[in-house]
Amino acid sequence: MIDPLVWLILLPLCWATLAFVLGPGRGAWTAIGGLAAQLWLAFVLADRVGAGGKALHAVGGWGAPLGIDLAADGLSTAMLLLTQCVALPLAIYARSYFKADDPAGTWFWPLTGLLIAGLNALFVSADLFNIYVTLELAGLAAVALVAAGGGAHQVAAALRYLFATLVGSGAYLLGVALIYGAYGTVSIATLLPLVTTDAPRLVWIAGILMVAGLMLKTALFPFHFWLPPAHGGAPAPVSALLSALVVKASFYLILRLWLGPLQALLPVFAWGMALLGAAAIFWGSWRAIRAVKLKRLVAYSTVAQLGYLFLIFPLLTCPGALQAGVMQAFAHGLAKAGMFAAAGVLIKATGQDSVAGLAGAVERLPVTLLAFGLSGVTLMGLPPSSGFLAKWQIIEAALAQGYWIIAVVALAGGLLAAVYLFRVLRQAFLLAPTPQPAAVVPRALEWGAFALAAASVLLGLRGVELMRLVGVT
Amino acid sequence: MTGGLLFALAGVVLFALGVAGVVLIDNLLRRILAFNLMGSGAFLVLVGLAQRDGVPDPVPQAMVLTGIVVAVAATALALALARKLHALTGRLELPEDADD
Repeated sequence: MIDPLVWLILLPLCWATLAFVLGPGRGAWTAIGGLAAQLWLAFVLADRVGAGGKALHAVGGWGAPLGIDLAADGLSTAMLLLTQCVALPLAIYARSYFKADDPAGTWFWPLTGLLIAGLNALFVSADLFNIYVTLELAGLAAVALVAAGGGAHQVAAALRYLFATLVGSGAYLLGVALIYGAYGTVSIATLLPLVTTDAPRLVWIAGILMVAGLMLKTALFPFHFWLPPAHGGAPAPVSALLSALVVKASFYLILRLWLGPLQALLPVFAWGMALLGAAAIFWGSWRAIRAVKLKRLVAYSTVAQLGYLFLIFPLLTCPGALQAGVMQAFAHGLAKAGMFAAAGVLIKATGQDSVAGLAGAVERLPVTLLAFGLSGVTLMGLPPSSGFLAKWQIIEAALAQGYWIIAVVALAGGLLAAVYLFRVLRQAFLLAPTPQPAAVVPRALEWGAFALAAASVLLGLRGVELMRLVGVT
Repeated sequence: MTGGLLFALAGVVLFALGVAGVVLIDNLLRRILAFNLMGSGAFLVLVGLAQRDGVPDPVPQAMVLTGIVVAVAATALALALARKLHALTGRLELPEDADD
């Protein structure tokens, strides 16, 4: 009997170790095989959770409070699905992306395995301290991935990211310490009734510390300073993993605390979160519109798109709002992975990382441009994409409660996204001043980017199943 | 004031000093030390607050052990990156982000 909860954590650890021993060539195939199995396991889990409700597993037969419990409800399962759906095409893409002698390619496979293991463990952790450990596991692996290229800029970006992520998880740990001091437990399920009946001021401080630390790790405006250099400077497959998955993990945690143990305290801050989200949308879009480099543009677009995730907090009393948030996480995860992958192809083919240098790209790389455009359709929120579904639900929930201002922000964000995306597309459709010889790009790169982008659009047609899954508690 | 509470308060002060260090100091080695101070502060709060009637609680001590392992790993990664940056640029400070 295979328990997907356990194997989703064990498998990536196994293939990370194997990839480390085998080296990049065979290691890549091990990773792809492992990720394919994980994708299957995630679907098995989704099937079980959808039919039978929350899945539980006591590690080693020792239940809480002595041992560690793993639990997956609809929200966790959805995040697990997103992680495996994004990671598998990116692994296939990365195998062709890294040249044989590239140091970043050597470390990419083991580090990615550790990152995915950390993320999967985070999504199924049922106590606050275990979440801290998995948060650090994923964070350290992500920092190492940023630095794996070995250039001075990449190392500096990795250090800046490392300090941000360490302060973030430090604040979270202090919050956990205060909560343990107040209640003597860190189990999410046990804490919920305790906090609802009696919350001393200490717990308020703990909640604020935890959420502030996680906001820093999610790169919510004004804590986004570390994201553009880290995501813009890393190799394309790494940028895609970080933008699509890693920042979503800390968002998931904020959501988990908000709906779980801290639900009695935090709603006071709902409008503050939405305000920062709106600021992120405008500031991130503005910087993306002005960006000179292509990958910086895509990274600032991530800052903007993360803002949408925080618009849902004042609406969470309304039934559709949680679904809207998860749908936005999916839409952005798939589309941004596709967009970074497409940007990686464009940079490889043109040999430079500037928006201005894209002229003439459409003749040489039509599939890549199509992938970039399809990702853009999702980010702008045009039908029938999943981005459209997410924004539609945010706007519907906002209007149902009379908060029209949130609807206005969501619509304005879509228009701003169109401005910076059409800047790239317009440049790519221009004729090159002097036709250059086409650099040969492996087809797996072009089609990998296309698969992710197409998935982000097609998910809009199957959104109902995902939303039903998220509703399972 | 009980001994446990004193530990916890000292932990909070250490944590605040550590955060200030990580945010304000430019030298990478001192920043890494400041991060360790911050971590130790959080551990002290965890152990100190959990003492009830003078009897130590074993669970937070196990947590702190785990936390120390995490902190050692993070420190090692930070030191390795700082050494690499020093080898590449000859400086132990982060350069300004050129593209911003």
